[in-house]
Parts: sequence; structure tokens; C-alpha cells
Amino acid sequence: MKYNSIAEIVEEAENCGKKISEIVLEEQSKALEVSENEIFERMKNSLEVMKASVEEGIKSNKRSISGLTGGSAAKMKNYVDSGLSICGNVFGEALVKALAISETNACMGKIVAAPTAGSCGILPAAVLTVMEEKNIDTDTIVKSLFTASAFGIVIAKNASISGAEGGCQAECGSASAMAAAALTEICGGSAKMCAHACAISLKNILGLVCDPVAGLVEIPCIKRNAMGVSNAFVGAELALAGIESAIPVDEVIMAMKKIGNSMPSSLKETAEGGLAATPTAKELTKKVFG
Amino acid sequence: MDVFDILGPVMLGPSSSHTAGAVRIGKYAAMLLKNPAVKADIYFSGSFAKTYKRHGTDKAIIGGILNMDTDDIRIRESLDIAVSKALDFNFYKTDIDGAHPNTVLIELTDKYENKISVQGASVGGGNIIITKIGDTEIGIDGKSTTIIVHHMDIPGMISDVTNILARRGVNIGKFELKRNNKGGIAVMIIEIDGEISESVNDEITKFPNVISSTVLNAI
Repeated sequence: MKYNSIAEIVEEAENCGKKISEIVLEEQSKALEVSENEIFERMKNSLEVMKASVEEGIKSNKRSISGLTGGSAAKMKNYVDSGLSICGNVFGEALVKALAISETNACMGKIVAAPTAGSCGILPAAVLTVMEEKNIDTDTIVKSLFTASAFGIVIAKNASISGAEGGCQAECGSASAMAAAALTEICGGSAKMCAHACAISLKNILGLVCDPVAGLVEIPCIKRNAMGVSNAFVGAELALAGIESAIPVDEVIMAMKKIGNSMPSSLKETAEGGLAATPTAKELTKKVFG
Repeated sequence: MDVFDILGPVMLGPSSSHTAGAVRIGKYAAMLLKNPAVKADIYFSGSFAKTYKRHGTDKAIIGGILNMDTDDIRIRESLDIAVSKALDFNFYKTDIDGAHPNTVLIELTDKYENKISVQGASVGGGNIIITKIGDTEIGIDGKSTTIIVHHMDIPGMISDVTNILARRGVNIGKFELKRNNKGGIAVMIIEIDGEISESVNDEITKFPNVISSTVLNAI
């Protein structure tokens, strides 16, 4: 992709009077030398995999390979269906989906890395929830994935999307920021609003470390996916209300990179610090690895 | 980087580095061997050595060697499938000096006793870097078709090989030449746009001073 900053993407969308997803689709069709239709269909297929990974996660109720996790999505689904959820169906369903996809991932199920496997529940949970709850057509949802991807590419280019390099802020943070932009576009927000949504969600998660228990993508990753989708809604809702991020999104991304660089390696996926170093985590690790 | 690098791959969990990337490195090794492998020795280094079992990295590598894609659900049973296909495999923990934390060295043997070795790193999001083929240190990401030509270090070799590519209208994206000592054996690593047919490879191999030429497709 030719864009190196979100400002560039927003500017081009505004100049052309188009949505971000439209200019990204055009640009990617040229860059990949395939028709827009073909790229669109490929993305639509990814959306189908995302849907299936939700179904599998809710249904299967099985434990992960390590035996450490499993069954949260099913519990959450029962709770939401009971009508007792504090925040209601939209938010409840988003949490169900984020947990379901992450649990599918922990069971070696089929998922779409978005942008990574560890953060794969956030973006799909966000877009599939508004799709169902607000009756949005499939094409609009597929298109929003191009907006999310374009923002993700800029983050990967200028900072990182890997927990080992930048901590959880780089994985779940990027996923959350991408999802916020997608939600904003789906709900009719302008290109600028998408950028603000992305900035707000990323700002909220700055500094979050990657401290997986036993080095596995399970604790706290599965629940952080639930947090990630909630944070995506925060970014989108604020931006759609017309609230702007005081710090421009490209500067937030640079800040994320610098924070990641100054994190010690014990807090970047090595399972040597944070939650991974707690007494309970050590006990769990012993249980898993013997 | 394109949209499917960031939103993808479609893969089996739980970790794009530990499963998707590992499948791709395994696939690359299998492609280099050409014939099906009968023996696989797999050396995990760094973080891979610590957590490969619980991340399913062992199943992912074997799945790749059996030519499965990153989203093939058979990866879950790949170790059993390998046994049924009489592929003898062994895993070892090692520490490769200075290597990326998620590095694996794969040695494969086919039924004719041909051997290859590939060292690769899984660098995040399912992306890989092949860092070594045999004794040759390289750095390819597997996203372009790559031609590896071992040849004698004499004048005119580059033009011989690149002329063949030029005649076929093949565009070179990246070119690297390496040699250990003057007049010895040199290696060309050529990344091209698009795909090429096996006949181009045959043409390159016909030069008297070419020792071997291998085309590795993008994966």
C-alpha cells in the first residue's frame, strides 16, 4: 500500500469525495494487479471465516490445547440471552463474539489474524455485532475491513503490530484502533472521524504490556480481546459524536512505537514479567509444562 | 505490505508466529526438497524451543512439510498423518546463536537420500524470513518467486542468467550475489515478479558453469 500515514489517507479520501474503504480498494487493486471485484470477494471470504470462528467458539465450549482456558464465550452468551446484561445486547454480543473467536484460536481453530492471532477477536466482534444488531448489509461490512486494514498497515509501518516488539498495545491496541475506524465508517462517520476514532482507541490502550501466562495466547489474551472490542466502541462512539482527538492519530502511533521501545523485554511476550510472573501464573505454568 | 498481510492470514490458531509462520517455513523446506520427505529433523531455537508443543508449532511445521496451507484443519492431526505417510520426524531443542527468537532449522531427506536444510524465522503476523538455505545465508520473505543459482565465480555469469530472464520478459525485483572466495562457488539470489516456468530453470542449468538452479515459488 502506498500510504505512509493516516493523514495521507484521509486527505485523499476527502479530495476524491470518497470513503476511505473505496480509495483503499482502488489502490490495492492497482498494487496487487487484480480486479477490485476479486479483492472484494477475497475479503468477503475472510468475513465468512470470521463468522464461522464465532459459531465454533460459542458452540464448542471446549478447553484449549493447554487446558488453561475455554467456555467463557458460552457463559457470556447465556448471560446476554437472559436479558440481564447491564449494557444490553449490542455490547453483550460484542463481548460474546470477541471471547468466542479468541477461544476458537486457543483451540487451534480456524481464524483470520486481525492483525495477529492473539488479537483476532476484536475487529470481527466489532463489525459482526453492528452488522447483526443494526441490520447493516454485507458489502458495507466487507468494505469497512479495507478501512481497518489500511489503518493497520500504517500502524505496522510506523510502529508495530507485534506483542514481542511493542507489547499488547501493539497487538490488541492496533486491533482496537482498526476496529474503531471500521465501526465509524460503517455507521456513516467521515474519513476524519475514522481517524479520530482510531486515535482515541489507540490512546486508551497505550502502555499495555504483553505478559501471557506460560507464554501462551490465552491468559490474559482472551479477555483482553473482550476489552479491545469495548475500547473500539468507545473510540467509534466518541468520534461519531463529533469528539476529536487532541493528538493527531499519526502522532499517537509514533508515541505507541516509542512506548514499545522503552518497555523492558520482560513485558514483551517473553512471559517473564507482569501477570506471567505472578505466583498463580507460575503454578499454572508448572501445571502445563510439568 | 497489502491489506491481506494485515488482515490475514486465514489460519489455525493460536499464534500467527507459532502456527501460521511455522507452516510456511515447513512448506518452503518441502518445496526445496522437491520430492516428498521421508525424514525430517527439526531444531527449534529461542522462544520456539520453549513453547513449541503448547502452541502446536510442531504440528504446524510438519503440516507445512506435508504441503498443507495455513488454514488447513488437518494441521491439528498432522503428526498422525505424517506417521501414516511414513515420514520419520524428530524434534530437537537448540540455541542458534544470534538468531531471531522464533527460529527453526529444518533438515529434510527424500527416499533418494537427497538432503536439504532450511533455517527460517517467524517474524510476526504469519510473515517469515528464510535466513539460510544449506550453508548460504539469505534473507527472503517467500512472497516473491525466487531463483537460487549456484555457479562458478567467473566473468559473465550474471549476464548469462539475467539475459535468459530478460528474453522471457521476467522482471527482477531484487538481485543478490554472494561468494565465499574469489574463483570459487558463488550464489545468485534473484527475486522476480510473477511466476516462471520450470523450462527457464532448465535453460539456466544448461550453462556449463552453473552447478545448480532452483526455483522457489511464492508461498
